[in-house]
Amino acid sequence: MLIRPIQNLGESGIYVLQDLGRMAIYLVKALLAVFKRPFRFREFMRQIHFIGAGSLVVIFFTAASTGMVLGLQGYYSLHKFGAEGMLGSAVSLTLIMELGPVLTALMVAGRAGSAMCAELGIMQISDQIDALECMAVDPFRYLITPKFLAALVSVPLLTAVFDVVGIAGGYVAGVSLMGVNPGSYIDGMVNSVTNHDIRLGVIKSFVFGLLVVWICTGRGYFVKEIRGAGFGAESVSRVTTQAVVLSSISVLVFDYLLTAVLL
Amino acid sequence: MTVAIEFKEVEKHFPKRDGGLQRVLDRVSFTIPKGKTTVIAGRSGQGKSVTLKLILGLMKADGGSIHVDGKDVTNVGGRALEQLRTRFGVLFQGAALFDSLTVFENVALPLRERTSKGEEEIEALVSSTLGQLELLGHEGKYPAQLSGGMRKRVGLARALQLNPEIMLFDEPTTGLDPVMTQEIYQLFAETQARVGFTSIIVSHDIPKVFNLADQVIVLHQGEMDVFGRPEEIPLSKKEHIQAFVQTTMGEIYQSQQVEG
Repeated sequence: MLIRPIQNLGESGIYVLQDLGRMAIYLVKALLAVFKRPFRFREFMRQIHFIGAGSLVVIFFTAASTGMVLGLQGYYSLHKFGAEGMLGSAVSLTLIMELGPVLTALMVAGRAGSAMCAELGIMQISDQIDALECMAVDPFRYLITPKFLAALVSVPLLTAVFDVVGIAGGYVAGVSLMGVNPGSYIDGMVNSVTNHDIRLGVIKSFVFGLLVVWICTGRGYFVKEIRGAGFGAESVSRVTTQAVVLSSISVLVFDYLLTAVLL
Repeated sequence: MTVAIEFKEVEKHFPKRDGGLQRVLDRVSFTIPKGKTTVIAGRSGQGKSVTLKLILGLMKADGGSIHVDGKDVTNVGGRALEQLRTRFGVLFQGAALFDSLTVFENVALPLRERTSKGEEEIEALVSSTLGQLELLGHEGKYPAQLSGGMRKRVGLARALQLNPEIMLFDEPTTGLDPVMTQEIYQLFAETQARVGFTSIIVSHDIPKVFNLADQVIVLHQGEMDVFGRPEEIPLSKKEHIQAFVQTTMGEIYQSQQVEG
């Protein structure tokens, strides 16, 4: 009677290990394919346009909203201690070190990551990836590596945009609406943000970009191997949901780990 | 007879949910003659597509060996596998055209990726193939804008670009009406006569490929039977072959009886 649950647990453990191994090999292949020629520069630019330029609007609104809320919340808290002058410092440090990289990665996962996962999933179930292999065309060089490189370029740039728009949003809420001194907002930001803080934000954005593109494209690529995904169109939809959830959770977990290690 | 492909005691199995093994190919041996058409037949789930994937190196055999032109290719990988694959052309069940590329771009893809030919030469080669397959005028269309038959023809055009020695057709007429099916098989026969490749057609529908086959391999529960000609199949005394004949070759019997 006890054997069945233990057997299921064992099977699940083996499946998780197999899946991790598969995904690790996938990551190595995708990164090694960077050195394979010919490099698909046009596809790389197309992916930058899709992941980067295509996400600008959602990043702009998310950043503006986050910055303005931070401005209002920060003012409310700091005002209690008569420390409104610290608002610029609080908003900029929160955005540069934490919210900028995290929210940008989550937005990219939801918008571009899901699309990349579905694209590769559909290509896999309709034999398009097998067709590439049969033509002796490396699917990693042809399809996947341009997405990896584009994400590694786009996510840090989008994070920078997020930080700037967010800080501007905080300025609007704190200075224009709540009456904080504009000089102290700017001075607080300039004096408190160090190169170390910016470096932490940049490292995070690279790592999160890699996590999102790795998990999202990997789930799509392995759509036929994923347990419980089903078949056909249903499998693609399930795997796409799974990719967004997994990449979002991974971003949040790695955010804590990186902060703990690098702060 | 020159042998193009040889399977020697090939085994392939997949894990089952209950922890056991499903033997798709159980020590299967056969040869595929060069320049001829071999049909691999059998009901769904009997390992027909697995056999194709083993030939193409998309799957690895769990036992035995696979030889192409006498060379053991069972465990080749990397560059050697790439070189091997350039000798094959494949027409997939759904044609496997790239949705984001036009007909011209789909057909030009292997030339752009696998050769150092210039754009002018590629354009000339693609146009020539499209002309032979009556696809001129459709170069700018996307796969979603094509009928099922046209998609198969575009898939065939793409597969022919690197002058394959061996063409593999995976259920090539699934989803096509009888008239279109006849047209497609007619096109295969004409193309094979012109190009001279070895043909392997995977199909569950023997009557439709009856006239094309020089050899038929019937797969059933991991085992196989080889027949020199399709006419020999009904003569088999094996129970599963008789069942297969009754379910898939009934219309041939009927037509033979009417002719008789």
